[in-house]
Amino acid sequence: MRLLLRRAAFYLFTAWAAITINFFLPRMLKGDPVSAYLQKNQGKVSPEAADALRTLFGLDTGKSLAGQYLDYWKLLFSGDLGRSFSHGLAPVADVIASALPWTVGLVGIATVLSFVLGTTLGTLVGWFRGGRGDVIVPVATFFSAVPYFWMGLIAIAVFATGLGWFPASHAYGKGTTPEFSAQFIGEVIAHGTLPALTVVLASLGGWVLGMRNMMITVLDEDYVTVAQAKGLSRRRVVFAYAARNAVLPQLSSFALALGFIVGGTLVMELVFSYPGVGKLLLDATNAKDYPLMQGLFLVITLTVLVANLLADVAYAALDPRTRQGEV
Amino acid sequence: MFTNRKSITGLVILGLFALLAALADVIAPFGPLEKDYTALKQPPSATHWLGTTHLGEDIFSQIAYGTRGVLLVGLTAGVLATLVAVIVGVSAGFLPGWRGESLSALSNVFLVLPAIPLMIIVASQYDDPSLFLISAVLAITGWAWGARVLRAQTMSLRSRDFVQAARANGEPLWRIITVEMLPNLTAVIASSFVGTVTAAVLGLTTLAFIGVIPITNLNWGTILYWAQQNGAFPEFWWWYVPAGLAIALLGAALSLISFGIDEYVNPRLRSAGERARSRRRLQKKRTKRSPV
Repeated sequence: MRLLLRRAAFYLFTAWAAITINFFLPRMLKGDPVSAYLQKNQGKVSPEAADALRTLFGLDTGKSLAGQYLDYWKLLFSGDLGRSFSHGLAPVADVIASALPWTVGLVGIATVLSFVLGTTLGTLVGWFRGGRGDVIVPVATFFSAVPYFWMGLIAIAVFATGLGWFPASHAYGKGTTPEFSAQFIGEVIAHGTLPALTVVLASLGGWVLGMRNMMITVLDEDYVTVAQAKGLSRRRVVFAYAARNAVLPQLSSFALALGFIVGGTLVMELVFSYPGVGKLLLDATNAKDYPLMQGLFLVITLTVLVANLLADVAYAALDPRTRQGEV
Repeated sequence: MFTNRKSITGLVILGLFALLAALADVIAPFGPLEKDYTALKQPPSATHWLGTTHLGEDIFSQIAYGTRGVLLVGLTAGVLATLVAVIVGVSAGFLPGWRGESLSALSNVFLVLPAIPLMIIVASQYDDPSLFLISAVLAITGWAWGARVLRAQTMSLRSRDFVQAARANGEPLWRIITVEMLPNLTAVIASSFVGTVTAAVLGLTTLAFIGVIPITNLNWGTILYWAQQNGAFPEFWWWYVPAGLAIALLGAALSLISFGIDEYVNPRLRSAGERARSRRRLQKKRTKRSPV
């Protein structure tokens, strides 16, 4: 119980810190893009929207910093993240909501796939250590050192432009409108395969290496030797005794990886022109669309926090030792 | 660590890159931005070892000079991040009560902040960020993991007998930390340094490729940025393949070094393969004898 309270306090503190950083970030920016924008578009911005923008960007010169901070929290609690300059003053929350499913869908599937494949492979390589499977270690090392954007570009050059197996960019064909039909879903799958494969290939090595190293450490434990001495089947020793213990650190990295889905694949979305959250952040940066940048940063940070929370819960459920007290 | 085959391979590759960076003036046949309008988009040849760009710039020379930017920023960011990690991590592990707790909370907050979006937002605030500023941004987003590992290690060291004995002898705190603890943390510090350098190299080239870092800062990512901007994909392979391979090779070298350190720290990893092989040989011998 005490541990739970401490973790809860930590998450509340981190969430507060992230939101506060987000409050100060635009105040440290040079110049004043928001006033300039408001002046240029006088009459087009409704008074309420302009007020919200002023609060978010600290232009309420009449108010003290503390007052601004309070207003900022009030806006956040009402779900108002301001208006996006580059999207015709649409609410930032709506703009982000339209990009989120693409990122979560594509990268989510790729991350889960990569974790399952990599951990299974790592279990086997760790068990048959010293065998031919060890070749995988240098190969995986090399692949995890390859910069992702470069691999993506080469994949496009070979499989999309060269062989023509997959479309090179976007989430669906140019002429189609999003609808719930077999044709649209087919197009989404065709467009998503190549980016998903490159994400899997880029992250697989880390999972394999992590699991292999944990397996090797765990296989030296006495309980594994006992399990073997008892004459249990090899499959039972590998999966129920060794892998089950070795997978714990993997699970906490998996939860972290889930958190970085939203923000970490910005480069993938740039290379494949995929209409997700990362592409949105890049476009917002180029267009100097500060409200959108701020909103995106907040959403990305909060996702990581939620994933961390899930990791803690899963860890406590799987490993009784963490529940016993101080760890 | 210097007898480990993996880390020696890594150190040799790293040394070659360092040599290339230091002697770029001598090795590179052309200046990095020297234009030759008679040889545009040429494939590799005797004069242009790795071909030329759309402006007739020699790509091998660009890579040689670009190594400087990459290594300089990578090492600076690594040193800065490791310094912060050691100070915060060791203090968080050593100080009792709320001071240690709040330092650990600080590193956890930085662990949660998404690195690349933060780097983009910060770097885009400056029109012409200096090399040092870029390194600092990379360091700010990269120190937290090392601090966390160091804190855990310090906490386990704190209760060991030799530290307790030093305390009982009345040694001052700074002496306990620098003389008793730091030598025992060297491997962890080295491994976190190598890790941050790797992350900084990848971060730098990614930022340069996205175009957040100005093109005046020549590094391998800038080469790829220009290749992408000028339609080098997929036809002009000599423009984009070498730069990417260079990044991957440097990254692989750094991970090899960190494997060497890991195996030094955790002997189980070091001997796993050998022991398994010898056990198998032993089993074979036994089965040969058993028919009798």
